[in-house]
Amino acid sequence: MTTTANPTMAPSRPRYGSMQRERLWALRWSYFFLILFVIFFLTPPIYMLITSLKTSHEISSLRNPWWVYNPTLENYVELITSPHFQTFFINSALVSIFVVSATMLIAVPAAFALSRMKFWGSATLATGVFLTYLVPETLLFIPLFKMMAVFNELTGIQLINKWWVNLILYPTLTVPFCTWIMIGYFASIPKELDEAAIIDGATWMQTLTRIFIPVALPGLIAATIFSFTVSWAQFLYPLAFTTSTDQLVLPVGIITTLIKGDVFNWGQIMTGALLGAAPPLIIYAFLMDYYIAGLTAGATKG
Amino acid sequence: MAEVSIRKIVKKYDDVLAVRGIDLDIRDHEFVVLVGPSGCGKTTTLRMIAGLEDITDGEILIGHDVVNDVPPKDRDIAMVFQNYALYPHMTVHENMSFGLRLKKFPKAEINARVEEAARILDISELLDRKPKQLSGGQRQRVAMGRAIVRNPKVFLFDEPLSNLDAKLRVQMRIEIKKVHQKVRTTTVYVTHDQVEAMTLADRVVVMSNGVIEQVGTPAELYHSPKTRFVAGFIGSPAMNFVPCRLEPNGQSLSLRLDNDIVLPVPSERASRYLPHAGNGKLELGIRPEHLTEARSEMQPGVVPLNAKLDVTEPMGMETYVYFDLAGAPACGRVSPNAGARDGEMLPMAVDLNNMHLIDATSGRVL
Repeated sequence: MTTTANPTMAPSRPRYGSMQRERLWALRWSYFFLILFVIFFLTPPIYMLITSLKTSHEISSLRNPWWVYNPTLENYVELITSPHFQTFFINSALVSIFVVSATMLIAVPAAFALSRMKFWGSATLATGVFLTYLVPETLLFIPLFKMMAVFNELTGIQLINKWWVNLILYPTLTVPFCTWIMIGYFASIPKELDEAAIIDGATWMQTLTRIFIPVALPGLIAATIFSFTVSWAQFLYPLAFTTSTDQLVLPVGIITTLIKGDVFNWGQIMTGALLGAAPPLIIYAFLMDYYIAGLTAGATKG
Repeated sequence: MAEVSIRKIVKKYDDVLAVRGIDLDIRDHEFVVLVGPSGCGKTTTLRMIAGLEDITDGEILIGHDVVNDVPPKDRDIAMVFQNYALYPHMTVHENMSFGLRLKKFPKAEINARVEEAARILDISELLDRKPKQLSGGQRQRVAMGRAIVRNPKVFLFDEPLSNLDAKLRVQMRIEIKKVHQKVRTTTVYVTHDQVEAMTLADRVVVMSNGVIEQVGTPAELYHSPKTRFVAGFIGSPAMNFVPCRLEPNGQSLSLRLDNDIVLPVPSERASRYLPHAGNGKLELGIRPEHLTEARSEMQPGVVPLNAKLDVTEPMGMETYVYFDLAGAPACGRVSPNAGARDGEMLPMAVDLNNMHLIDATSGRVL
């Protein structure tokens, strides 16, 4: 037997520049930055959790702020049983559910029309939709406020300081972005799929509901998550447009009722923020799998 | 089932003419293949028949009705796409029955039709699978099944086999032919592959640059092409074209390829070619199978020719030889025993009984 034929005698792999070694280093760096990232982003919620378990007395004491010496659920009990908090929560939930539904009802057909039914000006319109999204809410709320005032003068209908005014306001943020996401998603569906449906006898509406929506489900869920997050966390519009306590949504309610003058009820503010963050977290947890799943696989070649 | 008539249809995209006024009559039960290089307007024509493209000018009739303004779903057609276009979220059964379900067919009838189509296509075991669980060939069958269950007047195929590998393509070609023999639905099939066109079609329509070059049976196109384009497009390896001059030679005619090579024109062709004598802008068209090794006994019309071979390609049952013929590249088909070797001389013979003479200016075959 010659030495070259013997695998044990084969020269060892070069130590530097091999694929495996590069992969190892890439992984180490990835973990390093991921851990930094996690620490950076998890510190605030952990601090919130710690603070929410303390009494006001302990919060203002000079002991280690990162440790709970006398844990209590007092803040939670107080907040959950408070009728104000319940109202805020219900207002937020109603606003979010209606806004998400309205957004999807508008954005999905709009995106379908803009991406598939080629009509005069459809491309310009699609760009226009995106440009609308680029206008920040901090600029929009003043003219919007003025519009509501003019509407009130003309019709006598008072829109301001009603929780449902948010149903008109939030879609100005969610509809353009969701339409844009869905245009992108629909564009990734092969044209032959709708042509096949049309030849099979489907109307545009049936093509949308029976082919496009099921195939674009991951995109639809992404858009739903986005519009829910925006509606749930929206602060500026409800702050500007609603003032009565019974009309407030959660983020504004927590700030306006738990900060009295210069007295900050930190324990309850943190508890409220944590409880407020729970619904989006639960929704993400349930929808993430759908969001990631690639449903278009197998539609065409490949 | 129905005939399809295309009357002077034109398709214009902005300023580009994709289809320039073509006429075509497709008979009931006929299998017609539109073939041509990419951009020749064949797919556009098919899509106009399907109703997926507006018709700029002219008329399309399915049965006896003008369908220009009839939406695709009311044309009673079925189409098979190049990339299958199966609905990814539906099972094979749901894919195939989608059209029938939209038309609110009774459930029993839907199931019967799907099972019948699945039986014809041999996909009965796949009915509960999703498209992503199928191979390319199986997906193609499902796409055909979706067309068959509808029992339409016309089948339209848009390059259905070009996504398959070579072996599967041959297999599916045979399947398509078998299916057509069973269901006998009028079929319009688009492909850029002339082998597919020749093997499948009752009649082949060769298109180029938005016009029809020639319509005919595969044999007609192969043996009597009307234009240089058809002559060069149909057949593999392609026909050889050698510039030549037609010279009167006493009572007969001869073809002068260059100073050295002069070929006598067979007498039965002489009268046909006589009006073109003296024309120096002609091309001799000769298929590779008519450029073979010289045999000891030459038939009348077969002329010997010496060739210095550049490249030889042994194919097993025959060998393709490439050489220079009067300044033009030429391909011949010789027996594997002819002793053809790269770079060596080979005594060859050209069978002028099967020659074509082409007017290089107009591109017409004379």
